Amino acid sequence: MISKTLIPALLVASAVVAGCATAPSPQELDTLTLGLMKASFRDEGIAKADRLNQDLGQQACSSDKAPAESVAKQIEAEALASIKWPSGGQYIGDWREGEKLAQSGRGMTWTDASADPKANGANCYNCHQIDKKEISYGTIGPSLWNYGKLRGVKDVADPATAPIVQYTWGKMWNSKAYAACSNMPRFGHAKLLNEEQLRHVMALLLDPKSPVNQ
Amino acid sequence: MRRLFAATLLAAASTASFAQKSAADGIAEYRAMLADGNPAELFEAKGEALWKQKRGPKNASLEQCDLGKGPGVVKGAFVELPRYFADTKKVQDLETRLVTCMEMLQGFNGAEIAKTPFGKDEQNNLTALATWIAAESRGLRFNLPQGHGEEKQMYEVGKRVFFFRAGPMDFSCASCHGEDGKRIRLQDLPNLTKNPGDGVGFAAWPAYRVSNGQMWGMQLRLNDCYRQQRFPYPGFGSEPTIALGVYMGVNARGAESIAPAIKR
Amino acid sequence: MADPMRIRAQAAGDKTTVRVLMSHEMETGQRKDAAGKTIPAWFIQEVGASHNGKPVMTAQWGPSVAKNPFLQFTIKGAKAGDKVAVSWKDNKGDSRTDEATVS
Repeated sequence: MISKTLIPALLVASAVVAGCATAPSPQELDTLTLGLMKASFRDEGIAKADRLNQDLGQQACSSDKAPAESVAKQIEAEALASIKWPSGGQYIGDWREGEKLAQSGRGMTWTDASADPKANGANCYNCHQIDKKEISYGTIGPSLWNYGKLRGVKDVADPATAPIVQYTWGKMWNSKAYAACSNMPRFGHAKLLNEEQLRHVMALLLDPKSPVNQ
Repeated sequence: MRRLFAATLLAAASTASFAQKSAADGIAEYRAMLADGNPAELFEAKGEALWKQKRGPKNASLEQCDLGKGPGVVKGAFVELPRYFADTKKVQDLETRLVTCMEMLQGFNGAEIAKTPFGKDEQNNLTALATWIAAESRGLRFNLPQGHGEEKQMYEVGKRVFFFRAGPMDFSCASCHGEDGKRIRLQDLPNLTKNPGDGVGFAAWPAYRVSNGQMWGMQLRLNDCYRQQRFPYPGFGSEPTIALGVYMGVNARGAESIAPAIKR
Repeated sequence: MADPMRIRAQAAGDKTTVRVLMSHEMETGQRKDAAGKTIPAWFIQEVGASHNGKPVMTAQWGPSVAKNPFLQFTIKGAKAGDKVAVSWKDNKGDSRTDEATVS
């Protein structure tokens, strides 16, 4: 199956190889790579080939160099605008469920049966320390131990805590709202987790009764 | 009685803080124990036999296969792959080069082998062959050629593939392998944008994975990386996978190969 | 016929260390396949080793031994050139014997 980008990419490739006196330009290499990526992956289970269609942020952050400041600002602004705040203004769920979700890395691969968020874990411990009792934690993201406590959250109903509660929700919904090239997945925006699941993870981090804040 | 209680409390408190160190030490000890008697040797023996055995429609062995250092030269070939081959006019990694030889010398259908799932039929033979060929370069240092234009180009493509962010979790290879000193859960992650050291990363595959009792070549290792990145399915031996091999292999120049290794 | 074992026997003074890698699925009988059917148990039950034809070790294994098992033991009084043979028999009645020379 020849995709629309393959033929132009191959033409670029053959032109590039034929005219070997000069090395291909960075732009030609970018085009070539994109064409090769699109031509080399296929659907498997729930993982469809269209997952390779990059949005602005993914495209701009596909480099060892950060995107231009103006591009980063655009990505962040669009991400912030995309955040869906929880219905009924209810941010906090059950931290026990949150811990279960944090422990599970399941979902969204081609061996998973369903892309329904109910089938997914939140993946948190893969990258973060959360409850100190769990020694098997990753270091790709910062430690979240004492997350609420360190930020002075003693009562989540107190209006004074609203900014941090909202930031935390926003960060989980669409992490790119606060850092254009954040390594963290966009759990709400990409439909990895539903509202209810996000509330539970919020509780794990912010509920003063959560083991994370002891 | 009170002293025993206090001592127990102290022991409990210090266990928590030492938990990290002893977990890492424990894992290192476990790995050292596993290394003696690596089941990869079973695959090495099988691969060596397959290299010499007359097989396929042409009833020929692979002993004339050119892995980059001349027909039949196996020692040292692994640490110079992927590289450009004049006969196929492309950069090939170990597994795709073996498929070429199985096709040209033995008459097998290369496209069929590429379509065969890992762990089945000729793919198993391919894995065994790759394991033996890697073993014949054990202890040697990576020295991939970058003299040909195609090789240089594949390095640049590989770098771009490495940083390509996509999928529902916005992952690229770099998300996990782009920085020093990171880990997922308790699994240390080598920084593959540079030389991660002897026997690490590119220098440790093919490897036998104890957790599932399977022998994995680099193609399967990359395939499973992409699965965990929530990407769609990469074609076996496709250009992006070979380009990644060039990028990692060139970055690892000078690192000692310990393949075939053993993993948890 | 099962794949061959890899046997290494190295003499150091009076002690010879024998290392064996066996190729076997060692299915516990507890696992289920993708369709939910139990995968039948298939594992090595008896292991024996001999030195120049004389039995020096027997073992009885169960389903808790891992796939592609690694076995190591020492023999007294063997010297370079002697023959060490290892054999196994599994619960399906399949068996295998391989031999190595002490180095």
